[in-house]
Amino acid sequence: MVEATASHPVHDRLSINRLGLWLFIISDSFLFAALLSSRFFLQGVHRPAELNQPLGLVISIILVASSLTAYRSEMAAAHGDQRGFRNNILMTIGLGLLFIIGVGVEWREAFTHFPPSTGFGTIFFTLTGVHASHVLSGLILLGIVLFLGRKGRFTSGSYWGVEGAVKYWHFVDVAWVFIYPTLYLVS
Amino acid sequence: MAAASGLKPILKGLSFALVGLLIGAGLGLLFTSLTNRPSTEPVIVLGYVFALLGWLLGVGLWDAWGREWVGLPVQGEAGHDWRRFFRFTTDHKIIGVQYLVTFVVVMLLAGIASVLMRVELMAPGKNILGPNEFNTTMSLHGIMMIAVAVATIIGGFANFLLPLMIGADDVAFPRINALSYWIIPPVAVLLLLTPFFGGFDSGWTAYPPLSVINAHGQLLFLLAFLTFGVSSILGGLNFLTTIIKLRAPGMTWGRLPIFVWSIFAAALISLTATQFVAYGLLMIILDRVVGMSFFRASEGGNPLLYEHIFWFYSHPAVYIMILPAFGIALEVLTHFSRKPLFAYKWVVGAFLGIVGLSFIVWAHHLYTSGMPNSLHIPFMVTTELISIPTGVVFLAALGTIWMGRLWLTTPMLFAIAFVFNFLIGGVTGIFLADVPTDIQLQDNYFVVAHFHYTIMGGEIFAIMAGLYYWFPKVTGRMYHEKLGKVHFWSMFLTYNVTFLAMFWAGIQGMNRRVADYIPDLAGINLFVSIASFFLAASFLILVYNLVRSWARGTVASASPWRARTLEWQTSSPPPLENFPHPPVVVGHPYDYGVPGSVHAAPAPVGGGSEDER
Repeated sequence: MVEATASHPVHDRLSINRLGLWLFIISDSFLFAALLSSRFFLQGVHRPAELNQPLGLVISIILVASSLTAYRSEMAAAHGDQRGFRNNILMTIGLGLLFIIGVGVEWREAFTHFPPSTGFGTIFFTLTGVHASHVLSGLILLGIVLFLGRKGRFTSGSYWGVEGAVKYWHFVDVAWVFIYPTLYLVS
Repeated sequence: MAAASGLKPILKGLSFALVGLLIGAGLGLLFTSLTNRPSTEPVIVLGYVFALLGWLLGVGLWDAWGREWVGLPVQGEAGHDWRRFFRFTTDHKIIGVQYLVTFVVVMLLAGIASVLMRVELMAPGKNILGPNEFNTTMSLHGIMMIAVAVATIIGGFANFLLPLMIGADDVAFPRINALSYWIIPPVAVLLLLTPFFGGFDSGWTAYPPLSVINAHGQLLFLLAFLTFGVSSILGGLNFLTTIIKLRAPGMTWGRLPIFVWSIFAAALISLTATQFVAYGLLMIILDRVVGMSFFRASEGGNPLLYEHIFWFYSHPAVYIMILPAFGIALEVLTHFSRKPLFAYKWVVGAFLGIVGLSFIVWAHHLYTSGMPNSLHIPFMVTTELISIPTGVVFLAALGTIWMGRLWLTTPMLFAIAFVFNFLIGGVTGIFLADVPTDIQLQDNYFVVAHFHYTIMGGEIFAIMAGLYYWFPKVTGRMYHEKLGKVHFWSMFLTYNVTFLAMFWAGIQGMNRRVADYIPDLAGINLFVSIASFFLAASFLILVYNLVRSWARGTVASASPWRARTLEWQTSSPPPLENFPHPPVVVGHPYDYGVPGSVHAAPAPVGGGSEDER
């Protein structure tokens, strides 16, 4: 009973997992919708001049680039290329860590210009903080996938773990694609 | 000895939780030593989060799931005696029973809270509770009953019955299902601890700025509600996937039992809207714990934001509560009228219409909160539009009973009472949807009576119908019919006396959420209180009947009601994995009296029409 797949011989486990993940993504995007709407409700399109625009642009490019390596690792896993799969996952994790470091630097500056107790600071720290916690959970998932991949868990016919983690990573990236202009560009 | 070994997973969970609590509390102290803020609330938050993780890992998440993530084989044991109800088991039927028993107990606890409130309100002035204790009691009653209303049908009945009704052997994600149950005990612990941390006087709605500045009990409430939201989201995700992917061969969308459709509609709401309340609660936590300014007007904060975010979930949430109740009521009405469900397709359309409309009505809770007047009319119109799909459901219920050969068992009586009560709840809702009357009736007992007519007179009556209707399927024994009827009549009459009088009290100016009132209202309040004590007493009959019948009721057959849906086509209680031969669906579930009609044939031996006995 513990192994769910054993009790559903007639059902396509992969398509069930995919649907479950998509529903989770739909659900989670409502959280981001709430986050974005609160920015406009409280702050309108107010944008402080002290925002570090170059840094914001750089970490955005880093995160989008990590989606590319994540995609390449999934495709490598699908074709049974274990080496390519592991290298690309490693690169994705590296880029994700770079992004987190970038957010950390950004937070350091933000503390002096608009701390969390101020109006814009409240929005800035909440949006970036909730997003960064998603990035961290994505990094943990990718780490588990890398660990299991090293043990030879995934084959070209069975790599749901890779696919699931990578899809989640793409979702986290897309969420940033909405958060970045909301914080840095509108005015 | 046997008891100790049976409770081993729970003891393990508790010890892991203790370790987590210490780690989290330590991190909380570390955090506050780096900042200049008071340390109590960060210690509570981090201590709780780590205790929750420890509890879940200890109680079974690690053995049944986590081991897989580090490349170890998973462990798990099913068991057949009472111990299986205290384990992280993945059998949907056991999880269903866990939910049902838990939430019937929670309902009784919340009922005791309401009796305390009515004792306090028997006479003006202070009687047994001070203002703060009264409001904490009121808030606890509110949030516990909200949890009962959200989780009893989806967590309990749908878990047990939905896979059976669609001919599946379990839900799509059995381990997520177990997780969504075992995340609930910490919620109950937190709520019961709130009185020891100063209580929380904000009501279950927790409006800021009060909820930002009051005692630590409020923080426990916020964490509990947030955790419960996670459970609700996971449950919604699981049922949607189950319904979409695990239907038996031939179980087309047009042949789904109406209860399954109602769960599908409710799950759509709980999957999506719940994220909003999670964010609303998070905002209050951030304001309290790290000093953010969501609701501090001097920094550009605005408490109205919370009301918008909160009701964007909490109004759709009443349809998470009432849609499954529609499902149960129509299910029971059809089987005991021995007629096809009237206007099946229109009902399905009405359910989905309610889901859509439920997302664009939330601001009718803000008529008197200071939102722009230009929003009043649009939200009044959308709110009143909802009466069209609910009217369709209501007419379908009447059309099903019409000219039927009614079999007036206890569940049927409760289902008919549901239709009666919900009519009163719906009609009084119109006065609250209309801006001019709502401004007059805002925050008095008319509102209290209205939502108790929809949720208690509606949903709780439907839960009662479901408890009696499926009791033989779940326990394998029959309930005592005569006691059931005594329970019905005592509950139905005392319920209506209590809450009809509350409409009157409200119109007379009796405010909600206060422990005291002007002496002019003493008579009506004494009347309501006495009626409510009789109402509370009627639940004792229910508890006695359930406990006694489960222990030594007469053994039930597979299909005591000779109903056609699939859950009755297997033994009572059903075996592990539900059907000895997976069923094949060949016709509509409700074609009572249609010559030659068959709902399902057991495959692969196939062919028979055993469901037409």
